[in-house]
Amino acid sequence: MTALPPPSKVKLGLVIDLDTCVGCHACVTACKGWNDQGYGAPLSDMDAYGSAPCGTFLNRVHSYEAQESDTPSKIVNFPRSCLHCDNAPCVTVCPTGASYKRAEDGIVLVNEDACIGCGLCAWACPYGAREMDGEAGVMKKCTLCVDRIYNENLPEEDRVPACVRTCPTGARHFGDLGDPESAVSRLVAERGGYDLMPEMETAPVNKYLPPRRKGAADVAPLTPLLDVQASGFAGWLDRLLEKF
Amino acid sequence: MGYQQPKLETSPKVSDEVRRTTCYMCACRCGINVHLTSGKVTYIEGNRDHPVNKGVLCAKGASGIMQVTAPSRLRAPLKRVGPRGSGAFEEISWDEALDIAVGWLKPIRETAPEKLAFFTGRDQSQSFTSLWAQGFGTPNYAAHGGFCSVNMAAAGIYTMGGAFWEFGQPDWDRTRLFLLFGVAEDHDSNPIKMGIGKLKSRGARVIGINPIRTGYNGVADDWYGITPGTDGLLILSLIHELLKAGKVDLDYLSRWTNAPCLIEEAEGEEKGLLLRDVLGKPLVVDRQSGDLVPFDTPGIRPDLAAVRNGNRTVFQHMAERYLSPDYAPEAVAERCGIAADRIRALAAEIAHAAFDDPVILDRPWTDFRGERHERMVGRPVSFHAMRGISAHSNGFQTARALHVLQILLGSVETPGGFRFKPPYPKPAFAHPTPHSYFLPGRPLDGPHLGFPHGPEHLALKLDDQTPARIDKGFTWENPLSAHGLMHMVIPNAHAGDPYKIDTLMLYMANMSWNSSMNTGAVMEMLTDKDEDGDYKIPHIIYSDAYASEMVAYADLILPDTTYLERHDCISLLDRPICEADHAADAIRWPVTPPDRDVRGFQSVLVDLAGRLGLPNFVAKDGAPLYRDYADYIANHERRPGVGPLMGFRGDGSAVGRGAANPDQIARYIENGGFFQVEVPEEATFFKPWNSAYQDWAVSLGFYDQPQPYIFQLYAEPMRRFQLAAEGYHERQPPDHLRDRIKATMDPLPIWYPPFGDDVAGDYPVHALTQRPMAMYHSWGSQNAWLRQIHGVNPLYVPTKIWQAEGFRDGDWARVTSPSGEITVPVAHMAALNENTIWTWNAIGKRKGAWALDDDAPEATKGFLLNHLIHELLPRKGDGLRWSNSDPITGQAAWFDLRVRIEKVAAPVEAQPAFGPLPSPVPPAKRNRP
Repeated sequence: MTALPPPSKVKLGLVIDLDTCVGCHACVTACKGWNDQGYGAPLSDMDAYGSAPCGTFLNRVHSYEAQESDTPSKIVNFPRSCLHCDNAPCVTVCPTGASYKRAEDGIVLVNEDACIGCGLCAWACPYGAREMDGEAGVMKKCTLCVDRIYNENLPEEDRVPACVRTCPTGARHFGDLGDPESAVSRLVAERGGYDLMPEMETAPVNKYLPPRRKGAADVAPLTPLLDVQASGFAGWLDRLLEKF
Repeated sequence: MGYQQPKLETSPKVSDEVRRTTCYMCACRCGINVHLTSGKVTYIEGNRDHPVNKGVLCAKGASGIMQVTAPSRLRAPLKRVGPRGSGAFEEISWDEALDIAVGWLKPIRETAPEKLAFFTGRDQSQSFTSLWAQGFGTPNYAAHGGFCSVNMAAAGIYTMGGAFWEFGQPDWDRTRLFLLFGVAEDHDSNPIKMGIGKLKSRGARVIGINPIRTGYNGVADDWYGITPGTDGLLILSLIHELLKAGKVDLDYLSRWTNAPCLIEEAEGEEKGLLLRDVLGKPLVVDRQSGDLVPFDTPGIRPDLAAVRNGNRTVFQHMAERYLSPDYAPEAVAERCGIAADRIRALAAEIAHAAFDDPVILDRPWTDFRGERHERMVGRPVSFHAMRGISAHSNGFQTARALHVLQILLGSVETPGGFRFKPPYPKPAFAHPTPHSYFLPGRPLDGPHLGFPHGPEHLALKLDDQTPARIDKGFTWENPLSAHGLMHMVIPNAHAGDPYKIDTLMLYMANMSWNSSMNTGAVMEMLTDKDEDGDYKIPHIIYSDAYASEMVAYADLILPDTTYLERHDCISLLDRPICEADHAADAIRWPVTPPDRDVRGFQSVLVDLAGRLGLPNFVAKDGAPLYRDYADYIANHERRPGVGPLMGFRGDGSAVGRGAANPDQIARYIENGGFFQVEVPEEATFFKPWNSAYQDWAVSLGFYDQPQPYIFQLYAEPMRRFQLAAEGYHERQPPDHLRDRIKATMDPLPIWYPPFGDDVAGDYPVHALTQRPMAMYHSWGSQNAWLRQIHGVNPLYVPTKIWQAEGFRDGDWARVTSPSGEITVPVAHMAALNENTIWTWNAIGKRKGAWALDDDAPEATKGFLLNHLIHELLPRKGDGLRWSNSDPITGQAAWFDLRVRIEKVAAPVEAQPAFGPLPSPVPPAKRNRP
């Protein structure tokens, strides 16, 4: 119902390193803090101190366990936010044009003035990346901090999304994934970055870097200097100090 | 609908003003930029210039904005008007509150200063609060280290003059293998995350050794799901393997440690002590001349294999012990829950990282013997550990073992290894010894806490040799209790053992809830009365910023400010925030004024000190020296020219040493809330022995003369306590402790089963807690954002137990320990040691506390393991109260806990449940904003 723009040359997005993310939630609250006072309506918290607190978050971290046979169970921490898809189903489903993808950089946004709170876009998004604000009644989503990344009131080094600026492990990277020579594109190429749920044909801009292989190092076993039990402590000491 | 897009303002104004101060959402003390708009705090981000966090900020830090607006903030001083524990209070003026406090404290000071017990919790101003307590004259002061991580700190100081976190860190830029032992998410939070990020980006290996594979262990390249309490045994087995293969740094050991020092072997009062010259310097044999010479003699090559008159070196004693088959991987594998071939592989990986590809820096330096070295050669393997290995009754020896392992590898203070942070290194002998001599109306004879070197330094009363301290710190029960035993204060005061007290003053310590063992009983102790109907602990003064569970159990509440409304100093005299390449300190300042009738607790102490006439706080004529805490920070001098802050001293240009500067705090504010000074390049490694570092440290006032020293693989002070237990000291331990002292105070690291294992037959399961990275103690649950991340804390159960008990999602379990039981919700987790269950700590709340609704999940499903952990060991039939603590330091042995677990029908709410407390603050607004 809402048209997508022609594919943009610049595709701003995030590259999230699942090998490095420790699941600390720093990005979650940095995002909440910035966007509570930034783009559009504040991110409300309903029943904030009660039995069922329910707030709007544009970015959440989920921790999963994965166990393959005969290996110890592994933990993967998975940050989830809007992937700014090229074929964004949340945009095309919007009945009012409130959901849109920017022609110049590919960021998917909600024009809150035009949003009627119908929630169709949240149903259409296969990633669960949109949240209806309980107080404002409009749809909220990651803006890629569009009010930071071009903001001339911020020092240049701070013109990155709040989640990227705050990430203590450096697991979040921001850049132009439309430029194959950009640092983020090279990282994706080097580390085998992948699309989330490619079968949905949403063509997400954000990429995830997979966890590296885990397990023992390939190191030769240690060789005893000699058989201590047989040769005695003195023999061992002599042999050791020969090297010294 | 065709394509359209609205016009967007992409350069909105961010805020009116940015004020830079120091975070207090945990103990990490990062720099923060606090944005204000129309006078209100609107956004908090990390300060890019700050040495600790370099711009990043954790989940807690960014949520500070919810802390400064938390509905749980106390509003005015409170006086108890109903029975203690009932929560009946009335708001009073500060004048009345201070009059009440002085009315209790002044008579005590004049007659029996030990009747005040002043213990601070997550205090970041211990150099100040301890000075206050010294001036008061009570021996009963400590902060919370005794129930936190004193084993880690004390073992590090005794072994090498520093430990992890505030004392030192891995060389994140150069290490190639990083091993993380046990629960560690809760200290040095951002620097470790930043460090792990660096390792990951360089492709360095990270190994987690932890019963629980969460957080950092989740991203570790390899994981060893060790059985709790056996880390020391694993480490000694690694040492066994390394020694057997000769993979130790002999040159390093001979030059920089007491490995070549000779140990007296003749029977008698000197047995086991180091041979010394007439000046008391340990002796070594020079390999070149064969002479017996002091260890610091220029030009010598100390001989590790020397034998003189039957006296052998420390190195030989060590090698003989650890080469024993008792430490072979096969011998320890079952106990540790790690296969022997995995232990061997780990030893091989450590040896490979340390020795096959050393890090070499072309930085010439000169050592304390006067020898010049053209290069700095390092062993790029590093370690970190914190609560996990230390909160056991064998934690001190385990932490010692870990430090000894690092030293054997030659990786401490070498490139790629572990690096001290100024003002460390600082050996045990350069710290104070404990002081506990008290007299009515007089200050204490010195600092309360310190490092004993023998029985002569114990805190025993001179007349009857009974404990001088209410927590029995520095007694034969736990001689090296460098941080005190906060967890024993209330039980001992209630029991009148070793004596009764009058007033208990606590700061920021939730002792009627998550900060105490045996929580339900502690609540009873706080409200218990004697035969005359008086409370057994007559007066309780408590300072906190928030409506914590402890508020209801105090008689007088002195409401503190939040961290954005106060002055503080993060001082080199205290718990520093330096990094390996620079010294740093910092301040907090009121970036927003309090909107309630509250005062920073430190300023209240300054006020009380003036009213009580405490030395160091009043002039000769009795007039107060300081207006408030900020005035103290700028003008107090601990030694001439050395004060709480090192920057902008004198006329503003002096660093470290210089006269007090009344403009100092303003200069810190201008500078971003902190000050830092770089370590000279020549001084960056080998600091304990590096003349350039020693001179730099003296110039900054860390100490007054160079104090090079050698690492104590063999900890002689421990041997002195053993000698006493063998009968060789004028101070003698009571007979019931003699054997335990002989066994546990071994001067070389040992492993013994945690005391909790005594009941392993009936309680086969280990139970642990850890703190989520997004929460700090009990503070997080009042935070509207953080409680949405961690609002419940299921009990995580490993697959073996999950299947054996037939658990399903949504089930509940009864968990029973020798001292209590809880009924709680369970969840399955496979990435666990198969005999270990665990939960997040301090999520569970008492109804009515923290301005949460009574039906908040924290109060209905949240729970504490504390109910299962007794502060005493099970009775032995001897009538004695045996503390559930490490027998060396007194560290609370939280992680010794053994339980059994069974499936039960779901109760209405988690058990035990306690009645709701009336809230001392108005109900919270439903929604925000």
